Amino acid sequence: MDSTTSDRLPLADTASDGLKIVIVGGFGVGKTTMVRAVSEIRPLSTEETMTQAGLGIDETGGISAKTTTTVAFDFGRISLNEQMVLYLFGAPGQERFWFLWDRLFSGTLGAVVLVDTRRLSDSWYAIDRLEHHATPFIVARNNFPGTTAHSLDAVRDALSLPAEVPLIDCDVRDRASAKHVLISLVGHLYSLSTAREAVSS
Amino acid sequence: MVRRELDNEGPDRLYTVTRGRSRADDDLDLVTLIVAKAEPVAGMQSEHARILRLCVTPAAVVEISADLGMPVGVVKILLSDLLRAGKITARHPSSARAGRQLPDAAILKKVLVGLHNL
Repeated sequence: MDSTTSDRLPLADTASDGLKIVIVGGFGVGKTTMVRAVSEIRPLSTEETMTQAGLGIDETGGISAKTTTTVAFDFGRISLNEQMVLYLFGAPGQERFWFLWDRLFSGTLGAVVLVDTRRLSDSWYAIDRLEHHATPFIVARNNFPGTTAHSLDAVRDALSLPAEVPLIDCDVRDRASAKHVLISLVGHLYSLSTAREAVSS
Repeated sequence: MVRRELDNEGPDRLYTVTRGRSRADDDLDLVTLIVAKAEPVAGMQSEHARILRLCVTPAAVVEISADLGMPVGVVKILLSDLLRAGKITARHPSSARAGRQLPDAAILKKVLVGLHNL
């Protein structure tokens, strides 16, 4: 397994500030594809586990009072400059992974909610959770062939998305498009941040 | 995505690696960058030695976890050992200090420039 290390592009010795952006969405919506499109390393996968006491959490209905939940997630990396390194995390949007979200969202710049118009309901929980955490986000519709019949306005309605949350189209297989999604998110964050600084100054 | 050896790591094995501890003391983020300050030495726990070899150049906690094929929580415990022993340094993310607040516009501007240059 060490072989995965040797072929990895090493970070610059000067790298000192790790940043996070989280890409959330349902199964098969293209999270890993998007990470792969822009990452300087092949997407890697790892696991986070949580042991919790209590019943009624695990849908397998185990009788044990203690359950261990394990969730795998993917990530990639972009060196932004000599100091800043951006890590992109693809996180499953399902409700039972809330504990992973809480950890990933802590200190994250913001999030991209990747949606497939055929399964919009997969995104409801993710959007609700982000709003609850006050984590800024944008929504990107990944255009699978034959799914662009709905206008973005219709998608916004279906998701009950407030007008101030940007909603864009993308093709996450395409590097330029995936890059555009990230730029849209950070541009949104920049606007929020400058607006806040204007208020507080 | 590559399926990793992680699936074969039994809980018993992970228990042994961390000597039964289940929590890390230090406040390590997924993207805290770890840099080795020392070389591996004979007799060192093999996971510690692997981390030192991995971190000759900076590596994030989450990258170390992927490379070792061990869950993030276990890796944080191993890193805590090395930090206490002075074998590694941790470069904490600036966002950790900011808490839930939005980052400064100046930082976001740098991120935008970096993304445009991709």
